[in-house]
Amino acid sequence: MGMAPDTQTAPRPAAKAPHERGATPGERVKAVGLRWDSAVGALLVAVFVVGLSTTDGFASGENLAFAFNDIAEVALIALPMTLLVVAGQVDLSVASMLGLGSALTGALWNAGWAFELIVPVVLLVGVAGGLLNGWLVTRVGLPSLAVTIGTLALYRGLASVALGSDAVTDFPRTYADWAVDTTTIPGTFITYPIALFIVLAAATAVLLHSTSFGRSLFAIGAQEEAAYFAGIRVKRFKLILFMVTGVFAAFAGIVFTLRYGSARADNGLGFEMLVIASVLLGGVDFDGGKGTLFGAVAGVLLIGVLKNLLTLNDVPNEVQVIVTGLLLVASVLTPRVIATVVERRHRRAADATDATS
Amino acid sequence: MTTLLDKPPTGTEEGRSARSLVDAVFRAREISIAGALALLILFTWISNPRFLDDQGVKDLLLNASILVLLAVGQSVVVVTRNIDLSVGSVVGLSAFACGKFVAGTDHGVLTVMLLGIALGVACGLVSGALVSFGRVPALVVTLGMLYIIQGLDYWWAQGEQISANDVPDAILSLGSGGILGIPWLPLIALALLAATAYFLRSYRSGRELYAIGSNPEAARLAGVPIRRRILGAYAFSGAVAGFAGALWLARFGTVVADNAHGWELTVVSAVVVGGVAITGGTGTVWGAALGALLLTTIGSALIVLKVDAFWQGAITGALLLAAISVDRIVSLRMTAALRKRSARHGNGA
Repeated sequence: MGMAPDTQTAPRPAAKAPHERGATPGERVKAVGLRWDSAVGALLVAVFVVGLSTTDGFASGENLAFAFNDIAEVALIALPMTLLVVAGQVDLSVASMLGLGSALTGALWNAGWAFELIVPVVLLVGVAGGLLNGWLVTRVGLPSLAVTIGTLALYRGLASVALGSDAVTDFPRTYADWAVDTTTIPGTFITYPIALFIVLAAATAVLLHSTSFGRSLFAIGAQEEAAYFAGIRVKRFKLILFMVTGVFAAFAGIVFTLRYGSARADNGLGFEMLVIASVLLGGVDFDGGKGTLFGAVAGVLLIGVLKNLLTLNDVPNEVQVIVTGLLLVASVLTPRVIATVVERRHRRAADATDATS
Repeated sequence: MTTLLDKPPTGTEEGRSARSLVDAVFRAREISIAGALALLILFTWISNPRFLDDQGVKDLLLNASILVLLAVGQSVVVVTRNIDLSVGSVVGLSAFACGKFVAGTDHGVLTVMLLGIALGVACGLVSGALVSFGRVPALVVTLGMLYIIQGLDYWWAQGEQISANDVPDAILSLGSGGILGIPWLPLIALALLAATAYFLRSYRSGRELYAIGSNPEAARLAGVPIRRRILGAYAFSGAVAGFAGALWLARFGTVVADNAHGWELTVVSAVVVGGVAITGGTGTVWGAALGALLLTTIGSALIVLKVDAFWQGAITGALLLAAISVDRIVSLRMTAALRKRSARHGNGA
């Protein structure tokens, strides 16, 4: 949402939160030698260790395959979402696109299409959806939050037009088996959707942190106007990002359909919040310009592992929801608190030196 | 200081006429939503006259009331360049808490409403304190609050349901009764709307909310107590959501934990359609209320027009996109016109 309310056609500077000025909490915390994404990574490891030592069956290959496969769609969508948020944008329509992808898969399968043909068509629809989001953001100049609230309703609506309230469940085992958590890469507990996620995450990490495209995204998120004047093709980059996000969301729709063996228009309802929560939990700054893919992946895995651990310990679902919320609030508040404490200590130290000199 | 934001920056004729042109366009913005609403109602009425019989009008107003209330509360937060995603869960919590409180008792209307408002204020103050004093992004914090409040509510309710039989008649009659044939709920919504609009327009603290949203740094330099104002905006939004929860109980009688689940995005949609910029600083609660009315009327009209239920989501989404796009294009034209105008005056001088 980072746009100033002026109405010029030139790219606008990314707006800061109302009180933001000077160093961000992330930077201040970094000065103490602790980065939020590393902290989330450490928390993930800690939760893992707690799980190993307290919960029977947590460490079994079957459980781990289930735990990670269970968040496969959220994890897949979190990858392009990280890039979007780094560039100062957001896409709330991803879960609806997942639903549209799922509904189309079901509808086309019902119509007798070959599965090999359905996949590219669904992916193309994902591209088209992302293109519409990106076009409205870059050409019409609307804030991405407002645009994607609109397309959230639109894509979910199209999903229910495509499939109504039916559920399609008769997918052949050859395809359905591919996504379920009982089919793993021989000798490991890694399922195929997660294997795919690992490959894509590695590619995305390289793209974001080691290419000029990735650096440009940080520049756009930090100061859009400056990025524009530095010769970055801001609009084109954003358009590409929205298209990629659309494709990933549509693909996640296929994965979801196969994993549950059920195509429905309301598949993945409300997932957009979960994806965004995961990315933000990983320390990606919602104002754009800051964050790491490692952090985002750690955020997704933390939510997945925690959910699994709480479920194994019979913690009711409602409490799991509360934990997610508390984690989210803590993830933005903790760096602030640390920064304030550090600042105070520095000031006191400075005052003390002033007094002695 | 008081007049700082009320006066145009220049006292010259050009400044004034440019300002009045801007005012006219923003007013036109509301007129255009009202026009779209009128057209929609007219079209639906011609296709099915029962759309506007006594019961039809009553239903339209009742359906819109709670969303209008929430849109008013949300607008006050959005003009400060923040957002409150927790409103849907606050409505759910408040409705359930109020239902639980009155079940099988003879508590009066006033007590229940005050309970709802108090709960809402408490939730709003937590979000507001985190945003204003914690200086953290509003979207993340209120998304977190959404989960926390929703989780607490579900945990407390454990699938339990409050049914209309448990709710005292006095409270139910607030939801179903009215005066001179007009139900209470729309009257309440209208009263709150008018009061909020007056506050935002005519009080210094109301203007300061706009100042914060349009330029936080300038507002700070001008001595606006930013933190207190933002905290106040969230407390207000929470209060309205809590109140809406109590009214929800009065209207429907039957309450489960996931009432108003997912409403936060509908409320934000209404606000955005109503011309309150998500980037802060502009828009009126009248616009937001019209946006809410338009969204609910679209829903009702599609049913009356016997549009396939499966199409409703898609049509609502498409109209939402059209509304914000048209708004954007008009305001671009407008800026271009203003620039041309001031350039001409500049040459003349």
